[in-house]
Amino acid sequence: MEYFLQQLINGLTLGSVYGLIAIGYTMVYGIIGMINFAHGDIFMVGAFVALISFILFALTSIALPIVLLLTLLIAMVFTACYGWTVEKLAYKPLRKSFRLAPLISALGMSIVLQNYVQAAQGARIKTLQPVIQGGFNFFEDSNFTVTLSYLQIFIVIVTIVLMAIFTLFITRTALGRAQRACEQDRTMTALMGINVDRTISMTFIIGSSLASVAGMMFVMYYGVIDFYIGFLAGIKAFTAAVLGGIGSIPGAMLGGLLIGLIETFWSGYISIEYKDIAAFSTLVIVLIFFPTGFLGKPDIEKV
Amino acid sequence: MNKNFFQSSIKDSLFTGIVALALFGPIVGLRTVAVNEALVVQPKWLVVGLIVLVCTVGRFLINIYTFKKEQRRGEASSIGKSITNFLDTKGAQIALGAVIFSVIFPFMPFADRYWMDIAIMMMTYIMLGWGLNIVIGLAGLLDLGYVAFYAVGAYSYALFAIHFGWSFWICLPLAGLFAGLFGILLGFPVLRLRGDYLAIVTLAFGEMIRILLLNWYDLTKGPDGLTGIPRPSFFGLPFKRYPDEGVETFHTFFGLEYSPMQRIIFLYYLILILALITNFFTIKIRKLPVGRAWEALREDEIACKSLGVNPRNTKLTAFAVGAMFGGFAGSFFATRQAFISPESFTFIESAIIVAIVVLGGMGSQTGVVLSTIFLIGLIEVFRDFESYRMVAFGGAMVLIMVFRPKGILATRKPTITMRKEK
Repeated sequence: MEYFLQQLINGLTLGSVYGLIAIGYTMVYGIIGMINFAHGDIFMVGAFVALISFILFALTSIALPIVLLLTLLIAMVFTACYGWTVEKLAYKPLRKSFRLAPLISALGMSIVLQNYVQAAQGARIKTLQPVIQGGFNFFEDSNFTVTLSYLQIFIVIVTIVLMAIFTLFITRTALGRAQRACEQDRTMTALMGINVDRTISMTFIIGSSLASVAGMMFVMYYGVIDFYIGFLAGIKAFTAAVLGGIGSIPGAMLGGLLIGLIETFWSGYISIEYKDIAAFSTLVIVLIFFPTGFLGKPDIEKV
Repeated sequence: MNKNFFQSSIKDSLFTGIVALALFGPIVGLRTVAVNEALVVQPKWLVVGLIVLVCTVGRFLINIYTFKKEQRRGEASSIGKSITNFLDTKGAQIALGAVIFSVIFPFMPFADRYWMDIAIMMMTYIMLGWGLNIVIGLAGLLDLGYVAFYAVGAYSYALFAIHFGWSFWICLPLAGLFAGLFGILLGFPVLRLRGDYLAIVTLAFGEMIRILLLNWYDLTKGPDGLTGIPRPSFFGLPFKRYPDEGVETFHTFFGLEYSPMQRIIFLYYLILILALITNFFTIKIRKLPVGRAWEALREDEIACKSLGVNPRNTKLTAFAVGAMFGGFAGSFFATRQAFISPESFTFIESAIIVAIVVLGGMGSQTGVVLSTIFLIGLIEVFRDFESYRMVAFGGAMVLIMVFRPKGILATRKPTITMRKEK
């Protein structure tokens, strides 16, 4: 029971990270109907920006809450630049091309980002000293102590706050409305006087900033990153997006949590070597048996 | 040139500069280095400054240039068109010339060990490209996990050869058969998925196979890999300087001086023949009903269904045939290296093969050759700059997609038409 509780806590934390990345996939898929293969690497860039920012702030004597807030903002701003540039360079010229062209271009972009970070930052893994330490312990008298660390609480709270802000943004603001309109019908939206290009750029900026927050949490939670983390995290987050129903934003969050739980329970109870297989087989099973996911709309092919 | 435009291009370039600063500032400018177990930041502002300067000036020049030459657009594609036309009319002669060149290549004066190794590597990629071209180019299924079949071929070849001691010519078809079976096994559940979903699922399968190879220690020796894979022999004549007692070797049989190059040249011809078989097979099968069904399915799946083509079985054959050729290439790889480990079958290999097919122009056999020479050549030229070469590689992928989304040679003409078009 105690072990189960611990896995549940770990799974929810991991799930928050995946959920934040999954939103980027689902939004981009919703608006331009492509799988942004480079999104996982955007997440990786976010993790690196956060790492650099933490190291720089460690030299100063600024209080921890301010450091966290500033790092969050720095990671979001700089990573958003990457998302924006990638869209402008690699996807925008291909918007009217055949279906697989943007996917291949995204693949190329993903290779570029990975190797660029490897060239600029070195191939060796980077370790970060724990930023937030300590936590609550439960069931200390039984033989398995359940730990709920402050860091896990921080990750879950930040995710919830960001999700709330993001939901408000999508449902209440003019930009959010434009974004939803573009998802439904781009041509019609353009005829209504909405700048579709700008809206798509905005989507990439928001998706990338959320991914960068996920990156920041990843580097804080695991303390170890390298240039390759984006690949696996990207596939898992994509699985989350599909599981929740691609195109659906609450679905992405739900899918993220589920994938996080599946992965931790699998490695906790079945086999840690094959933990990536868990995510991959979930992806395959979901796509084959219910490709619309939990909250997605069925995709009807028209002649 | 009007002044207004000049001003706006300066504004635009300055904006580019700011974005470049934001992009490269933290990642390039602040390199994290481990000093005494702790990370410190090493500033590299000079590099960032240079990059930003290049971006700003470059953007400014592009602004001016594209403004002056507005009508130039579309010219690039006409160059491609003329190449395509040229190849259409002279295609047969050029192909023949290329084949003759590759046959006499090992006896060229400059063909030393280094060139032969590159040629063998390129031939392997050409073969893989031709194999994958059946799946992507003809059937229109984007397979991002092709390396899985390559791996299955290599591992089954190695296991058969090591444990049963069977010769190359028995193991090769077995490995191809195995890979083809795997293709059917993996393809069966996933082939009803649409384009990009299929791509991701095949990618997942590719990674699953790699993880399996990495962890199934009893069979595959995990990360240590399989060693001691038998080298191929020339119809029973081994390429060895000091053979076992009573075994005749290649050089004694033909009365030649022993040279390690003999084996390399043999390997070269082996892969050349395998690749040509793949090519020949593709050219022939395109004209058969199943090949025509592939192409029809690529163009319009719904129309195919209504004409009674079974999409699943048709796709499955394409998948299996592509996988089989991947398996052949894999067994060649295993026998050439004499050592295989999961390291050789990462996702990046799949990406390279996909890039070769797509950049060559899906469905074009000549395109595969051209883009292999271009891409593998690119990787080879940048060999001294480890990670920059992959940046250049990925960049080339993006650029070609942006400027020529149909690839270098775009042939989507159906192989067979009812009547000559008037």
